[in-house]
Amino acid sequence: MIDFESTLKISLRSLKVNKMRSILTSLGIIIGVSAVIIMLSIGEGAKQRINKDIASMGSNLLMVMSGSTTSSGVRMGSGTQPTLTIKDSEAMLKHCPSVLEVAPTVSQVQQLVYSNQNWSTTVNGITPGYMPIRMWEVETGRGISEDDLKNNTKVALLGTTVTENLFGDMDPINKTVRIGGMPFKIIGILKSKGQNGMGQDQDDTVLIPITTAQKKLFGTDFPGMVKHISVQAKDENSLESAQEEITELLRERHNLGKTKEDDFTIRNFTQMLETAKQASNTMAILLGSIASVSLLVGGIGIMNIMLVSVTERTKEIGIRMAIGATAMDIRIQFLFEALLLSLAGGFLGVIVGVLGSKIVGLFSEMTVIISPIPVLISFGFAGIVGILFGYYPAYKASLLNPIEALRYE
Amino acid sequence: MKLIEIKNLIKTYETGDTSFNALNDVSLSVDTGEFVAIMGASGSGKSTCMNILGCLDKPTSGSYFLDGIDVSKMSMNELSTIRNRKLGFVFQGFNLIPRTSALENVEMPMIYKGVPPEERIKRAKAALKIVGLEYRENHLPNQMSGGQQQRVAIARAIVNDAPIILADEPTGNLDTKTSIEVMEFFVKLNDTGKTIILVTHEPDIAQYCKRIVRFKDGNIISDEINTNRTEVKSA
Repeated sequence: MIDFESTLKISLRSLKVNKMRSILTSLGIIIGVSAVIIMLSIGEGAKQRINKDIASMGSNLLMVMSGSTTSSGVRMGSGTQPTLTIKDSEAMLKHCPSVLEVAPTVSQVQQLVYSNQNWSTTVNGITPGYMPIRMWEVETGRGISEDDLKNNTKVALLGTTVTENLFGDMDPINKTVRIGGMPFKIIGILKSKGQNGMGQDQDDTVLIPITTAQKKLFGTDFPGMVKHISVQAKDENSLESAQEEITELLRERHNLGKTKEDDFTIRNFTQMLETAKQASNTMAILLGSIASVSLLVGGIGIMNIMLVSVTERTKEIGIRMAIGATAMDIRIQFLFEALLLSLAGGFLGVIVGVLGSKIVGLFSEMTVIISPIPVLISFGFAGIVGILFGYYPAYKASLLNPIEALRYE
Repeated sequence: MKLIEIKNLIKTYETGDTSFNALNDVSLSVDTGEFVAIMGASGSGKSTCMNILGCLDKPTSGSYFLDGIDVSKMSMNELSTIRNRKLGFVFQGFNLIPRTSALENVEMPMIYKGVPPEERIKRAKAALKIVGLEYRENHLPNQMSGGQQQRVAIARAIVNDAPIILADEPTGNLDTKTSIEVMEFFVKLNDTGKTIILVTHEPDIAQYCKRIVRFKDGNIISDEINTNRTEVKSA
């Protein structure tokens, strides 16, 4: 039986004889492997980005928004009609078993002034429950407490974008900032969350106690009215039941008869993102499969060239058989050549794929994540393609009749 | 015990409805150290006989004992091993593997035998020295003359210490002068104890052999000791 070293030597020599042919044959595999790697890297990037969005937005989250007003037939959009109140949110927590935590929120865009700097941003009036639901953490200082709510204290937590714009490198804690002309003491800085999935800067925000916002800052005709309520369900599976329970509760509380439309809307953000995740998964699989087709075509190219090679080298096969090569020796020889072609293509394909993914990541908005598993899988797949498509030519070579093969010119 | 013993060998080729006996009940035995020429016109059955002797083909019926082993019933894979260990081939067209150096060509039978690389190179160099081509070991077949190529082929045939050398028209592609050189070389090899069976249709070439077997229409028509053997000056 022929040894590995000799097999390798003979294979390399025969591939070297037809350099151009070998390179072109490998090209199919190179393109296939690199395409699979690039597609899977893009898919993985999209998936991780959505995961990050879910993590920064809060998990198992429902948003209950107040309904829209209609004035002279012009509907004003969600949150314009003051239908939701803090009492609604308290009732939800009390009566809906699928609800874990609620966070009523009021918000308005206000101008902030500190010294000679000013900045316009969304000011959110919140309860202490808001922070854990929406995945906010305090970087320095403290958060908003129940006492703040009770006493309508004028304290504020700033997002990092606001801090940078108003204070630069200064430490803002305990400094006083004017919000809509009213002095607020800064009690803490929020930990940065970066951009959300839609590209909005989540750090451009200010949090103050909801009671302060309602009673002192925003000035509303409807005391206790909130813009929206963030609801955290017990777990992923109770999202839908929570939605149903809230709908039922609010319709009852708002005295809506059977014929009346809801005066609020509930949005399931987590579900939306989960759907997006599934869509991007499907996309990655689809693109990956299309890329695999080129790998398959590359394999057919290998088979084609190996068949040509077997025919061209019929005489050589005859000589080898005459001097003692067994059918198995011949089969191993040609299979090894096919494998060498596909693995060389696979190796170059990995290099091209990784470089290509990096280039895509550099020059486009897409997040591209190269993980080792797709790289290994596509390289392994190239090897399998080589064996699969190399087997038939090798088998054909091993079946040659030595007498006829020797006579071949 | 005879080195080669074939009895009642029949080889039938089927083409459609008609069948044709290329060998028709041939029996032949060869002792160790013999130098046999097989002669005959084309279609006489000498090539078919050579293929069976060379274990490249299997007889339709009859028995073939090679070095005491019945090879007529062996599988093609087993025959590969027999060819590798017991037989050395020299062909008309040299049949060296292209783009492969003389040394590597000579190494080839040992690769399939599983001889370790260092020993392979040592023995291949020794075989090339025997045929006087030790300075050509890195030459490729297309860089050598016909005579040189045939000597590389002979080195390849003897490198595995096969007891029998089968030469099929070894001088067919060579000019007269080179033919004489090659034949003198075969005579020397035979003097060292190798059994040689040589197919030729040239009477001059057959005259170097000790025994001449003539084929016609699938039968042996004569088998005699060569009394008129060409003398080779000992070097």
